[in-house]
Amino acid sequence: MEHIELFFKSIFIDNMVFATFLGMCSYLAVSKKVATAVGLGAAVIFVLAVTVPLNWLLDQYILQPGALGWLGAEYAAYDLSFLSFIMFIATIATMVQLVEIIVEKFSPSLYNSLGIFLPLIAVNCAILGGSLFMQSREIPSLGLALTYGVGSGIGWFLAILAIAAIREKIRYSSVPPALRGLGITFIITGLMAIGFMSFGGMLTGGDEEVKPKKEVEAIIEKVEKKEIANNTKTIK
Amino acid sequence: MGLLSKKDAILLTDPLADNNPITIQVLGICSALAITAELKASIVMAISVMFVLGLGNVVISLMRNIIPSKIRIIVQLIVVATLVIIVDLVLKAFAYELSKTLSVFVGLIITNCIIMGRFEAFALANKPWRSFLDGIGNAVGYGVILIMVGFFRELLGSGTLLGFKVLGDPIEKTGLYAIGYENNGFMLLSPMALIVVGIIIWIQRSRNATLIEEN
Repeated sequence: MEHIELFFKSIFIDNMVFATFLGMCSYLAVSKKVATAVGLGAAVIFVLAVTVPLNWLLDQYILQPGALGWLGAEYAAYDLSFLSFIMFIATIATMVQLVEIIVEKFSPSLYNSLGIFLPLIAVNCAILGGSLFMQSREIPSLGLALTYGVGSGIGWFLAILAIAAIREKIRYSSVPPALRGLGITFIITGLMAIGFMSFGGMLTGGDEEVKPKKEVEAIIEKVEKKEIANNTKTIK
Repeated sequence: MGLLSKKDAILLTDPLADNNPITIQVLGICSALAITAELKASIVMAISVMFVLGLGNVVISLMRNIIPSKIRIIVQLIVVATLVIIVDLVLKAFAYELSKTLSVFVGLIITNCIIMGRFEAFALANKPWRSFLDGIGNAVGYGVILIMVGFFRELLGSGTLLGFKVLGDPIEKTGLYAIGYENNGFMLLSPMALIVVGIIIWIQRSRNATLIEEN
């Protein structure tokens, strides 16, 4: 299913922090404690889940070349894609303001714990980056745009949670003074990025046709393995 | 430009090292890591940020007394977005290959924390000429780090600088390749950018002990 594939791809393979470095500034600034990291991560997931589909609708019906065809045939020749940046960032700023008002009304405790970070999400490159990548990768449907938004958010959340947990522990290690704080965080993030590269092979295969002889071959393999195991036992 | 007063000259030189936007202020990291696999992309990105930050600082500084405080973020976003659209269209027109390499990161200059950071910290409270100098100073500080990272990543990763093969030809095995040197392709991948910046921070803080963080 392409939804599941896109979901896992956007969490692990195209991870916003480790593959494309989006949202690094708040990632580095907020990751000193796990509790605030969790709050910010949750807010990012929510904002991405709301803004990526909205911007997809904008892109599909207003911005793309030929998108204005629904207004009338003579408008189909217009290409408003140069307005993408302004329209996307305006949507994002508005949605974040709306989210702020709603959160303040329905959950004052969450609003207080997020503090200044909620309005700062509007200028988090992860949010605009999510919409821009959605546009450049030409995601074909609204449902997939939502999956992509939620998946990217969860990927970012995973990254900031991991680095916050590590940074809390590393205060008890003897890091060289000049590397303390920012320097070691960069290097750890680099090592985590190397680790996440291992997910690159995750979604290859599975598109091949299922071979009918596969099961028989699997059974033959099992029997052969057992024979080899038995032979080595008798030699020992 | 005549002689700058001492106060103004500090605006230009501070961000080069002691108040560097990337290594000290921790702003503008995203693009510093993502596009530095090629030196050319780093240089073009640095120039774009210089344009947006310099002009943006001037515009915001000129408007600073008439922007209502409640909508100032939106006004800043609109100013930056307009300047970035200009940069993007110029790049697409005159350097199409490069704009493909930079892809969405030209658009992400809008959310580049350096720009919003300097608007809030400086342009909203200072006169246009000083804001311009501050913008240029920070953009140059940003550019220095970008070029440093791009230099090492491209040199060690593909053996070229700005597209010119400086270490010899890897296919014909001339130059350094004749003695068995191989390009470290890993340098072109994202994790190495993080580690290179970490090392730059390490070197900078070792040389200037006042920058070391308390535990």
